[in-house]
Amino acid sequence: MKITESEVRYVADLANLKLTDSEIARLAKDMDEILAYMDALNELNTSTVEPMAQVLYQSEETATLRADEIVPPIGNEAALANAAVAGAGYYKVPRVIER
Amino acid sequence: MNVASLTIEQVQTGLVAGQFSAVELAKSALEFAQAENPKTNAYLHFCPERALAAAARVDKKLAAGENAGPLAGVPLAVKDVIVTEGVRTTCGSRLLEHYIPPYNATAVARLEQAGAIILGKTNCDEFAMGSSNENSAFGPVRNPVALDRVPGGSSGGSAAAVAQGTAVVAIGSDTGGSVRQPASFCGVVGVTPTYGRVSRYGLVAFASSLDHIGPFGRTVRDAAQLLEAMAGHDHCDATSAFAPVPRYTAQLDGEVAGTRIGLPREYFEGLASESGDRIQQAVQLLKKLGCEVRDISLPATKYAVPCYYIIATAEASSNLARYDGVRYTTRAHDDTLSGMYRSTRGQGFGAECKRRIMLGTYVLSHGYYDAYYLKAQKVRALIAEDFRRAFTEVDAIVAPVSPSPAFKIGEKIDDPLEMYLSDIYTITGDLAGIPCMSVPCGKTSEGLPVGMQILTRHFDETGMFRLADAFEKAGGFAGSN
Repeated sequence: MKITESEVRYVADLANLKLTDSEIARLAKDMDEILAYMDALNELNTSTVEPMAQVLYQSEETATLRADEIVPPIGNEAALANAAVAGAGYYKVPRVIER
Repeated sequence: MNVASLTIEQVQTGLVAGQFSAVELAKSALEFAQAENPKTNAYLHFCPERALAAAARVDKKLAAGENAGPLAGVPLAVKDVIVTEGVRTTCGSRLLEHYIPPYNATAVARLEQAGAIILGKTNCDEFAMGSSNENSAFGPVRNPVALDRVPGGSSGGSAAAVAQGTAVVAIGSDTGGSVRQPASFCGVVGVTPTYGRVSRYGLVAFASSLDHIGPFGRTVRDAAQLLEAMAGHDHCDATSAFAPVPRYTAQLDGEVAGTRIGLPREYFEGLASESGDRIQQAVQLLKKLGCEVRDISLPATKYAVPCYYIIATAEASSNLARYDGVRYTTRAHDDTLSGMYRSTRGQGFGAECKRRIMLGTYVLSHGYYDAYYLKAQKVRALIAEDFRRAFTEVDAIVAPVSPSPAFKIGEKIDDPLEMYLSDIYTITGDLAGIPCMSVPCGKTSEGLPVGMQILTRHFDETGMFRLADAFEKAGGFAGSN
């Protein structure tokens, strides 16, 4: 057993996911099976292997630094057009500070 | 004109000869696509206004004797994880059902600049997570070759549209095989270029170190032409490569004699017999073309699936954190901020996205990072090293794309691990970041398409296209779906 239902609840909390009891039960089963399968990696001795943190190395380190030019931003209205709720030029969210 | 079988070259010839205008072509292509779409559900929505405006611009340029671009008037379908300014981009998710992007992806802008006409946005697995297109919140896509079967995923809609003839070419995204596997299932050409070859700016992020935009076509030449138009450095994507983009289409001369081809033995274990037969026949054809074929070994292959599903889910869990009910249209009601985040995400994501967010969060969480994520990054280095070593001996690697041809809708949906295993031959190319593609190589006795995979060195798309083009012509596989 790699993972229990209470661990699934803990991870869902970290991931900001509200799950139903039946989803928790299903995920415990699926994750258990998938994580057990992932254990196959432990067959490999990787103590001398450098992790692959980047896909390509063909350029100099500074190659991706572009010229520092000013470009117009998309603007407040366009930036907020997809907000779930907006007001007074800002995103609005449920109250977080009690007065 | 028969819009269902046009090639890019035929569109150009027709426009120049005055057989049709770009607006006439766009209208008939839209009409045909809208009429045929209910059979497959390949498109989620069409954008006729944008298409007709773009076509009118092409006609105006042609009338003025100007160059209207290498893709002038070519009907194009765009996977709905690639943003289009002012045109809804849903990622196959309820969460983005009403999202209208304020900008164009670089690939989209370049293709339109080259004259392409975007007809609409294609269906896909939610946030490109899936191998069957059954994870779309807007219903599965049906394979146009066999309507009771999946088109593959996650770019199933793009592959199906090209196979069905409701677009001449399409673009999709490939993170673990999401272009090549649906291409093979639908009998079309699908290409995953070198990582960094095409800008990811405007591709909604799934796993950033693995995500690629890639083209679909009914011929190798069409796919190569599409890549040519969208590849090249873009300062909006810090991982975009500076390597110059060759004119692939100018080099498709059929001369492939002497090409050294490796067959990795690990890719032929567990292969469905008919798919294996088609690949073996394909290898005989490559030999007839003068290629030197030898067996090779890529020993880390068996670790690719677990390695991939650790890295991809870890990156996905971070990338999908932004869908929090604040910035992207959809919000569930709750009195507290954290309750609102949780409810929005709990209600908005489908089962597969939740599974991957959970796996990714788990492997990155305190106490597990070294055992899973760091370990997988090391195994990824071994997989990349396998390829590097192989390419000192051979010029190209030939392999199957998928262990089996298109499976039935519903057949694997309840078994996530079984579904993940269907990506076994495609994820290695993404992990190594090398160019790879699927080219049709025949059909099973049931008439289901089989694809052959070609993989080459970093930035050697030219060698890959030359081999694929020569093979396609020798085997008569162009437009064979």
